[in-house]
Amino acid sequence: MQHYSALSLLKHGISSHKRWQSAWRKATPKKAYEAIIIGGGGHGLATAYYLAKNHGITNVAVLERGWIGGGNTGRNTTVIRSNYFYPESVALYDLALRLYENLSTELNYNVMLSQRGMLIGAHTPMQMEICQRIANAMQLNGVDGELMSAEEAAKRVPLYNSNENARYKLMGGIWQGRAGIARHDAVAWGYARAASDLGVDIIEGCEVTDILSKNGQVAGVETNLGEIRSDTIGIAAAGATPGLTGMLGVDLPIHTYALQAFVSEPVKPCLDTVLLALGTGTYVSQSDKGELVFGGGLDRVPTHGQKGNLPVQEEVISGLLEMFPAFGQLKLLRQWGGVVDVVPDSSPIIGPIGPEGLFINCGWGTGGFKAIPAGGWLLAHLLATGEHHDISRPFDLKRFAEGRLIDEAAGSGIAH
Amino acid sequence: MQAFTCPFCGHRDETEFHFVVEAGKPRPEPSEEVSDEKWAAYLHMGKAPKGEAREIWLHITCGLYFLMTRDTVTRDILSSECLLEASE
Ligand SMILES: Cc1cc2nc3c(=O)[nH]c(=O)nc-3n(C[C@H](O)[C@H](O)[C@H](O)COP(=O)(O)OP(=O)(O)OC[C@H]3O[C@@H](n4cnc5c(N)ncnc54)[C@H](O)[C@@H]3O)c2cc1C
Ligand SMILES: [Zn+2]
Repeated sequence: MQHYSALSLLKHGISSHKRWQSAWRKATPKKAYEAIIIGGGGHGLATAYYLAKNHGITNVAVLERGWIGGGNTGRNTTVIRSNYFYPESVALYDLALRLYENLSTELNYNVMLSQRGMLIGAHTPMQMEICQRIANAMQLNGVDGELMSAEEAAKRVPLYNSNENARYKLMGGIWQGRAGIARHDAVAWGYARAASDLGVDIIEGCEVTDILSKNGQVAGVETNLGEIRSDTIGIAAAGATPGLTGMLGVDLPIHTYALQAFVSEPVKPCLDTVLLALGTGTYVSQSDKGELVFGGGLDRVPTHGQKGNLPVQEEVISGLLEMFPAFGQLKLLRQWGGVVDVVPDSSPIIGPIGPEGLFINCGWGTGGFKAIPAGGWLLAHLLATGEHHDISRPFDLKRFAEGRLIDEAAGSGIAH
Repeated sequence: MQAFTCPFCGHRDETEFHFVVEAGKPRPEPSEEVSDEKWAAYLHMGKAPKGEAREIWLHITCGLYFLMTRDTVTRDILSSECLLEASE
């Protein structure tokens, strides 16, 4: 693998950037693998990387029906944070954040992690109390998080509407300094490149159409490129997961909804943190290119169509303009939607499913980009050992029958 | 903006409707004999069908629960039926 560095950039600059190698090998499927991963989003690619890196298992294929990162990983607004409520969730998301903090070096690929901090802004005394409760929980869980006053918040987000008659005044909120954003494509491509370098086959344009099993043991997959055999298979297919497990007659507690995002034309730096406002439900950050990247809640109609509808657009945009009247002058450049896999307790599902040797990692809903390194780490552990890692165990599907939900929608009250 | 059809009120704005559950999940009975797995399946599990789906929806403004058949990819509405008629 070509090593990326300032020097290599300079060298390739001199040869007009014509000699870069492709970042990962284009592979054609072999007949059989030690492990197969279905889905080449961030979670699937990270799983392949950690299988090779942590467990020395390199005879692995990642099967992606489209192009890698073309699912939610390439459609998300890249907010990374670990300010959840329950200890189980904080352990999970903070593992991800810690791995993110070193990811560019580890992968030799700049994922452009920018820990610019995140404010969850409150606008009523009740929301302030909820923020207090979450900040307490975060500190008990050993994660950086503190309550922020209205004055500090105003300094952090100076363009926020503070007019006397502003509808959603900022009362302060929770601050997590280690939160931030990263480059979504880079996370997918960086993991793909590093996994490919360790021997993993990344196969794009390969759609799994059936999962094969024999005597209660998973045996392989049927694809548009033929049958591929393996007795260890991981599914990391987000909203497509119920369709895949459905082939084995296994239902999941997942509904698929469209989540939309929006990008404005680029402007000079005007917002140097991530803001999620509890009053309007809109969240926003400014990309390195200067675009405002923003979004809000789910479209309320279950769907598999990757596009959003008008009522939510109106809500999100009017929320943004109410908070930042100055942004009303900006043109909207792009708007899009992704199909997210929503679970009743807003927590992921990680663990064995159906026949022996089959495992899932899904249900990340509106917030799984921030979890990619952890999701990959934990699914790799399951595939390699057949056993849960301590951090993934609470997220097993069994929690539904045991009535032991990890209800982050109720706990931390936030969608992303 | 999408319009759905309430069997009672007719075409109305999508914001007036609420998705309730995938259709065809009868409550397991008798309760003493229902295992935790069966109960969890009744409460939570589903198929999230891609393509044609039969679902129970609520028209929030009039309070009617009804059966809607629609395509979850194209968003086409195929039919809206009263639950009483649908169960006959
Ligand atoms: C608009 C939007 C904004 C978001 N904002 C944030 C945010 O700010 N922060 C955050 O943490 N999260 C956010 N998310 C959520 C986040 O994007 C997802 O949780 C995360 O990317 C899921 O990663 P994944 O690898 O599980 O899924 P995906 O990236 O969707 O990958 C799944 C892959 O599986 C492939 N696949 C499916 N079926 C098959 C098959 N049969 N055969 C082969 N391949 C198949 C798909 O093509 C896809 O590439 C957002 C999502 C959206 C849509
Ligand atoms: Zn009605």
